[in-house]
Amino acid sequence: MPGSLILDTVTRAVFHTIWVLSLYLLFAGHNAPGGGFVGGLVGGAALVLRYAGAGSDGVRQAVRLRPEALLGGGLLLAGATGLAPWLAGREFLSSASLDIAVPIVGEVHATSALPFDIGVYLVVVGLVLGALVTLGAEEEQEEA
Amino acid sequence: MLLALLGLHAVLAAAAPAVSRRLGRGVFAVCAVAPAATVAYALARAPAAFDGAPASETVAWAGRLGLDLQLRLDAFAVLMVLLVSGIGVLIFAYCAWYFGPRPDLGRFAATLLAFAGSMLGVVLADNVLVLYVFWELTTVTSYLLIGFDHEKGSARAAALQGLLVTAAGGLAMLAGLVVLGEAAGTYTLSAMLADPPAGGAATAGALLALGGAFTKSAQVPFHFWLAGAMAAPTPVSAYLHSATMVKAGVYLVARLAPAFALLGGWRELVVGVGVATMLLGGWRALRQHDLKLLLAYGTVSQLGFMMILLGAGVPEATRAGAVLLLAHGAFKAALFMVVGIVDHQAGTRDLRRLSGLGRRMPATFWVAVVAAASMAGLPPLFGFVAKEAAFEAYLHGGIGPIGPIALGGMALGSVLTFAYSARFVWGAFADKPDVARAGHDGAGAHAPPAAFLAPAALLAVVTVAIGVLPSFAAGLVNAAAAALDPAVEPGTLALWHGFNLALWLSALVIVAGVALFARRREVEHLQARLPSMVDAAQAYHGLVKGLNRGADRVTGLVQNGSLPVYLGTILLTVVALPLPALLSGGLPTPDGVVAESLLQLAVIGGVAVAAIGTVLARRRFAAVLFLGGVGYGVAILFVVQGAPDLALTQLLVETLSLVVFVLVLRHLPENFEVHHWRLGQAFRRAVAGLVGVFVFVFVLAAGQARTSPPVSEAYLAQALPEAGGRNVVNVILVDFRGFDTLGEITVLAVAALGIAGLVRARRRERGDEEPA
Repeated sequence: MPGSLILDTVTRAVFHTIWVLSLYLLFAGHNAPGGGFVGGLVGGAALVLRYAGAGSDGVRQAVRLRPEALLGGGLLLAGATGLAPWLAGREFLSSASLDIAVPIVGEVHATSALPFDIGVYLVVVGLVLGALVTLGAEEEQEEA
Repeated sequence: MLLALLGLHAVLAAAAPAVSRRLGRGVFAVCAVAPAATVAYALARAPAAFDGAPASETVAWAGRLGLDLQLRLDAFAVLMVLLVSGIGVLIFAYCAWYFGPRPDLGRFAATLLAFAGSMLGVVLADNVLVLYVFWELTTVTSYLLIGFDHEKGSARAAALQGLLVTAAGGLAMLAGLVVLGEAAGTYTLSAMLADPPAGGAATAGALLALGGAFTKSAQVPFHFWLAGAMAAPTPVSAYLHSATMVKAGVYLVARLAPAFALLGGWRELVVGVGVATMLLGGWRALRQHDLKLLLAYGTVSQLGFMMILLGAGVPEATRAGAVLLLAHGAFKAALFMVVGIVDHQAGTRDLRRLSGLGRRMPATFWVAVVAAASMAGLPPLFGFVAKEAAFEAYLHGGIGPIGPIALGGMALGSVLTFAYSARFVWGAFADKPDVARAGHDGAGAHAPPAAFLAPAALLAVVTVAIGVLPSFAAGLVNAAAAALDPAVEPGTLALWHGFNLALWLSALVIVAGVALFARRREVEHLQARLPSMVDAAQAYHGLVKGLNRGADRVTGLVQNGSLPVYLGTILLTVVALPLPALLSGGLPTPDGVVAESLLQLAVIGGVAVAAIGTVLARRRFAAVLFLGGVGYGVAILFVVQGAPDLALTQLLVETLSLVVFVLVLRHLPENFEVHHWRLGQAFRRAVAGLVGVFVFVFVLAAGQARTSPPVSEAYLAQALPEAGGRNVVNVILVDFRGFDTLGEITVLAVAALGIAGLVRARRRERGDEEPA
């Protein structure tokens, strides 16, 4: 991949910031714009930037996790969130929410939809990561 | 408890591979625990079941579909359980001696036990849908068992043949059971039979269900798969093809017959097919040289016999059928075990290469004699009692014209049965001078260890004991038959009925049978000369081949690999399907509003320009950028309309698709190809224009066609109180429509794996090394 030094340097600088934004969108999602899908896409965009700057090796360096692990873990988490209420005798995927007062942080609104959303997030990131690592590696090999 | 027993089968089957690594052949002893426990429980519950108080269990499953896990152990089920699990225990004991130490014993034991559990489920199920599920589980597990020697192509082909034939019949049966269930208003088997539906639908359903029973029980013209299934290891044949799987069809027919035998054509069909099967199986058995095939065709014949008795819905015949079920299970399993012993000790099952074994293994010989004599219907054995009862049942008459046909068929079939029983004993054990001269005198064959023979010997003892003291089994048989059909009057089973017509008929059968056996060479020659009129096996192969060829053609037509054709088909479908709705609803009336604000107008203008640019661009890269412009413009439109979530998603998806486009574009020429074929170009333009105009008009019309309040209002109202979230879009995704989302992310994951798989496959094609 004909990387670009400037792009790569800039990407390295903002890479983690984008991930913070991505995580923020994930957790804010239930009440404000965002959510697992959007958060995952923002994370994916970070990976794409990284790819444009340093190729699929750069992506692999940035995220050490295997895409299969993200995909499987995400599906498992989302599925388990659905199963949990079912095992407790309620309908599949029915949700529950809880307001907890956490010291210092303040009131935290926790819903069972969050782990499900995290599952969606992981799958989306896994998809982008997988595409960049496998498709990108293919491109580079053909050019080499 | 019934459910627990089924669970025990499943758990032990799952554990079997691990157990066999520890214990080797001891795995069979562990596996035998499940059927042994089942037999013990069935015996303990038998008195209550005989008194008409069957054990039953219900576990709710999908009640709205009429599908609950209902199990019931009535007297007939007790009889079947004793067959299935009782013989199962013996088979496991036999397996421990049959197999040498081999690495795949665990797999074998696991599959065999899974099969035993499935078969147990079939006879216990009191819900026709549950019955179907277990029924097909026996199909799948038997497929694995028949094809156990999976490195042999012939074994795989035989397994597939059995699977296709029985599963095809099973589908017909499923349809039949659903029709019956809907007609009866219940899917509970006992309730359906207590108050059977009548009428056209019920007739159709009952006849369809016969499709499953006939294929499973290898009735003409589906008998050929049973002969092929002899590719299985002999213990499998002894179990599946004598006592259990092939009896599933007989079991179903026996259950349904008292309720449905008088529906249009049922009795004639079942008895006719049964007679044909009994005769054809017996006739074919007389020309087999492989002892196992001889028994296989004998089994086909006996299954026909059972169909005649249990399928007619005649009370006396039903009772005789119950006797035959028991008797056949005992003698046929014993005979298959004997074949396995002969094969094991002498190294062949070909009766043209076996001689003198009777002298070398006398104990085995006597076990075979007893079992074969029972099969031939000789007194004082169990098989004789069964045959007498059968003749007795049809001698009474009063069944209509089908009665004499059944009686004649049974008598003729019994003659053939006698002849092939004799052929079996002679073929396996006799001193044959010509064979001995040819050097096959069985010199290497030693008598088997006592424990190897014990299961078969035990079955032979049972055959003699019940034959001499039939009252032993009378209680079980009477109760089982009464459970099938309340009209059955309890009778006694007796060896000696006096000099009645049935006895004379038996004597005639024996004389004719002896004569037929004495002329065995002529019979063989005659069979060799007679062309087999219709070869069902060939018909099957022709059908499968035709199906494959047809599928090839359809695939070639539909998936021709041309992207323009695919796209054109999709786009024209998009137009064609909603078009009637659009025309019937009336064309939209423009309301004169072009844009609601200046900002909106500006964005729309930008999108329009980008769209036109996309179409006009000559370079692919430019087209992709323009297309991206359209997408970003739409995202801005979402912002203007106050949908930040949509805008965010649109923006990100647009960006990622742009990247993917760029990745792909490098493989394509820089410019779009120029078409020299004018007509093709015009056609493409026409399709594109049509789709564009249609979508525009349709969206306008859809916006005006609202008749009920938009779903978004309900969602907006419910989001906070019910799901605890203020972002409605997200709440819809993760809560209201969470199931959809789960499906969508599954698709995403599968797509990602698919990409990885495709790329890896291409890499392997090019012979590149896998990157570490």
